[in-house]
Amino acid sequence: MTNDEFAFFLGCLIPNRLPAIEKASRLVCDKLGIRLYDMDGASCCPAPGVMKSFDKNLWLKLAARNLQISEKMGYDLITMCNGCYGTLKDASMELKEDKEKLSDVKETLNRLGLSFENVPNVYHLVEYLYFDYGLDRIRETITNKLNLNVAVHYGCHLLKPVKYRRSENFEVPQFFDELVEITGAKSINYPEKSTCCGAGGGVRSGMKDVSLEIAKRKVASIKGADCIVTPCPFCHMQLEQVSNIPVLYYTQLLALAMDIPKDVLGLEVEL
Amino acid sequence: MLNSIHSCMKCGTCTGSCPSGRVVSFRTRQLVEEHCLGEIDLDDIAIWYCTTCYNCMERCPRNIDITDDILRIREEAYKQGKVLPQHKDIMSYIYRTGHAVPINEEIKDLRESLGLSRIPPTTHKFEEALGIVRLLLEEGGFNDK
Ligand code: SF4
Ligand code: SF4
Repeated sequence: MTNDEFAFFLGCLIPNRLPAIEKASRLVCDKLGIRLYDMDGASCCPAPGVMKSFDKNLWLKLAARNLQISEKMGYDLITMCNGCYGTLKDASMELKEDKEKLSDVKETLNRLGLSFENVPNVYHLVEYLYFDYGLDRIRETITNKLNLNVAVHYGCHLLKPVKYRRSENFEVPQFFDELVEITGAKSINYPEKSTCCGAGGGVRSGMKDVSLEIAKRKVASIKGADCIVTPCPFCHMQLEQVSNIPVLYYTQLLALAMDIPKDVLGLEVEL
Repeated sequence: MLNSIHSCMKCGTCTGSCPSGRVVSFRTRQLVEEHCLGEIDLDDIAIWYCTTCYNCMERCPRNIDITDDILRIREEAYKQGKVLPQHKDIMSYIYRTGHAVPINEEIKDLRESLGLSRIPPTTHKFEEALGIVRLLLEEGGFNDK
């Protein structure tokens, strides 16, 4: 179904806390010819850390209601957030693999007046850009090669659980580094590159000191980078809080390499 | 019995892979063992230290679904009303607004200055959709205090 057209899932953090990421993503996708259609009435994915911990069945139903919006629009769903991806991708796979769960969810949604037939496919924007859209096509849009050293952070749920992810390599993945490097930037190595940011699983909301301690250790191991680049607003927010170098979301970096002015992007970082 | 917690060979890979275990006294292997023996203390804060990074689960040589098991332990705690108030608040935000992190006036202004719609096209804008989210939460037994 893809054809570079998607139901655009916003989630919570990007539209409601970090709208500059939404802006950059919309502009970048427009340049790439990827058409994003708003999902009217979408809610929180729902938050995997809390909802999936508390009540898996309810988590699945709330996720299915979001999936249903995308199905009705006739497009696959795309998200910019590792957390939303964790919920929506995993929920979509569970519904595709488990007929009983699917019919239970259908029954509930039908009763509430929502028809739900086929589970849409779910993409993470960054995964889609690499595995489907392709580096070559992105390269054609780059007019301002960036001379930056970047500390790349993948975030856990872009890579795991591996059975539901595109990259088979979760220990030393490469695809996000490659996406970063086509902007001209250099991805530098650092000891804690694959370490979790510490925000997920309800740890940031429940025990902020513990959560930030994990992030601090990670960021302290970064040497010689001009900025950190993430594919997730939650990791982004977390790392930004403990970092003394700027944190950029991937589409913000790409937008700079496309020569989109900082003021249009609402970016105040000095690079 | 691979895949079952009873097949744990106590190698400690899970504990050694855990980002939380490095900063607090939380030992993943111990939690697996307690779960195996049916001795989980649902009042112990340790069950909330997991960031769900999935390292332990992906690396466990016995293919034990550790992270998924931890979520089910938490579910049991939730059923018994043993939840952190901060987490309950997030549930309330979802109930009231459809969002775990709702918008505020400052962000509405920021969105507008960026040329985005002042209110995002989510449950923040569509009351009817929020109504369905609430019904689902109520049917799931959630009551907003
Ligand atoms: S990694 Fe698996 S087998 Fe090893 S101690 Fe942990 S649960 Fe047991
Ligand atoms: S999934 Fe949880 S318990 Fe397992 S390594 Fe990650 S934080 Fe630790």
